[in-house]
Amino acid sequence: MDQPVRELSYAQAIQEAMAIAMEQDERVFLMGEDIGVYGGAFQVTGDLVERFGADRVIDTPISELGGAGVAVGAAVTGLRPIFEFQFSDFATLAMEQIVNQAAKMRYMLGGAVSVPVVMRFPAGSGTGAAAQHSQSLEAWLGHVPGLKVIQPATPHDAKGMLLAAVADPDPVMIFEHKLLYKMKGPVPEGYYTVPIGKAEIRREGRDLTIVATSIMVHKALEAAKTLEAEGIDVEVVDLRTIRPMDTQTVIDSVKKTSRLLCVYEGVKTLGVGAEVSAAIAESDAFDFLDAPIVRLGGAETPIPYNPELEKATVPQVPDILKAARDLVSGRR
Amino acid sequence: MAQATAGKATGANLPFIYREYSPEQLKQALHKMYLIRRFEEGAEDSYTRGLIHGTMHLSIGQEASAMGICMPLTLDDQITSTHRGHGHCIAKGAEVAKMFAEFFGKTTGYCRGRGGSMHIADVTTGNLGANGIVGGGLPIAVGAALTAKRTKSERVVVSFFGDGANNEGAFHEALNMASIWKLPVIFVCENNGYGMSTSTARSTAVANIADRAAAYAMPGVIVDGNNLSEVAEASHEAVKRARAGEGPTLIESKTYRHRGHSKSDRNRYRTKEEIEDWMTNRDPITLYETQLQEFGVIDQAGIEGIREAVRQEIADAIEFAKASPSPEIANLERYVYTESL
Repeated sequence: MDQPVRELSYAQAIQEAMAIAMEQDERVFLMGEDIGVYGGAFQVTGDLVERFGADRVIDTPISELGGAGVAVGAAVTGLRPIFEFQFSDFATLAMEQIVNQAAKMRYMLGGAVSVPVVMRFPAGSGTGAAAQHSQSLEAWLGHVPGLKVIQPATPHDAKGMLLAAVADPDPVMIFEHKLLYKMKGPVPEGYYTVPIGKAEIRREGRDLTIVATSIMVHKALEAAKTLEAEGIDVEVVDLRTIRPMDTQTVIDSVKKTSRLLCVYEGVKTLGVGAEVSAAIAESDAFDFLDAPIVRLGGAETPIPYNPELEKATVPQVPDILKAARDLVSGRR
Repeated sequence: MAQATAGKATGANLPFIYREYSPEQLKQALHKMYLIRRFEEGAEDSYTRGLIHGTMHLSIGQEASAMGICMPLTLDDQITSTHRGHGHCIAKGAEVAKMFAEFFGKTTGYCRGRGGSMHIADVTTGNLGANGIVGGGLPIAVGAALTAKRTKSERVVVSFFGDGANNEGAFHEALNMASIWKLPVIFVCENNGYGMSTSTARSTAVANIADRAAAYAMPGVIVDGNNLSEVAEASHEAVKRARAGEGPTLIESKTYRHRGHSKSDRNRYRTKEEIEDWMTNRDPITLYETQLQEFGVIDQAGIEGIREAVRQEIADAIEFAKASPSPEIANLERYVYTESL
């Protein structure tokens, strides 16, 4: 494809994807809190209400459970809603509709319906918003059969995966790290999709595989650059989708490098890294390992307010550097 | 829609359904109420014999409520239902054979054996599904009504729920959104007096659940849920209002379940006398039969004919379910996601 490419921010890329989806398909509409004239808490919907009207960019009351349920009901009866949570933390208020209804309806009804709903979750820490506005809950939803859960890491993927999500017949949950919204990157014009369920190798290397999600992909790439100067050749795998997880790409990478470091922002215990580690332990890549698998995840605490404490809660570049050096030098 | 006046009696004082429906339609309603009653009895019997596993929530005693609400609905209209949802499913038009097959866990069931009693659905007749979560169907119905409005269809959506659901947050969020957006949805609270064991008096701050409609600026209507005509009249009004784009209505249908909450119920929270009174003096089928005879719509032989036809239909349906194949274990994961073609 030869679509012209420009630099767009992650938020602009999402907005463009929603605009294209709405232009292409009358059934697509947006719902969420303050997504109309306000433009969304993170200005992702921006001025879309002026272009598409309040009928298609619907401000909901502060009713996450009800709003999610309305989206599910609209999806099951033929529309294509994109529902924005103001913060991913508020998914806790809507878990009933997400987990019991959206995820299970097709199965419970023996395939009689599909639930093509897209839900967007601004996630992650780093904004000083403390414990109830900074969580990374993707592993919660990743545990639910019937859902698809994605974490695009670049503006290019944010647009392409959102368009893939809208085209998908099943419920797709998109976790967008808030610190990525302003990040710029190349984004083709027009319509394109990036497949759900396919990881991407962001950097090839021989000595160590770092499997990262969302913003951690960028931290891993930054660490890889430093490590390159030290003679450590890192492969960075951007997982992109946590359900269904592309374990094959990870397995192939580990067979090549013989070392695995998982880096993710969600709480370490029972998180995405646990699943990636288990996939390697259960596969023939296990025999290729030269060192124990290492996970760098979020601390076992709520996200604190103090900026230094907050930073210490999630993996940072120096943490990745240290873990990588230890792994490669055999100190692990 | 109005039909020729039924039977011998005439005049404006006739109960609503005798002014609105033909004798044939009135008899059809009795047939369906019997079908619900005998379906529930057949399910209970099959459970006792070990042919059905799990649990079930029977709606015996609430037949007029399900039937009356569904009388003005078309096949295109939709409903969301509850854990006590067998009656709604039948009243909306489902086939009892496929329902029994579902309860027996067979591939010929409406949910291909994946849903069972608590998730019984028939999308082809507009039933988007029973729900195991109290209040779960209310926001979904609002979403379905949003689709109806956005696609400019004539469709209305009915959300059935019990008295227990009126204390769930989903109830309040759903009613509020339906009202601010003037959506074509009818909220039907079947108040059978008890959320499992807890009476509405102990659980609910208002005397009538319909009183809560005022908080969401919509009409709140109370009907005797065991009086088919009263229920149907309220439903007609609400459907008319919804189709005209005037927004939602909350109907409280006061009724009673003859059986316990589910199969684990020891009936310790209500008296034998209370149950006896409802069964003897306020049974919705008996009341309707008496009225039909009084107005000359049907005679005893006609009633016997309906009972016999229903008996046969239920027996055949159970046989169909028994003879149907079970799902293959190899297909366990089918229907989790939409299969790519």
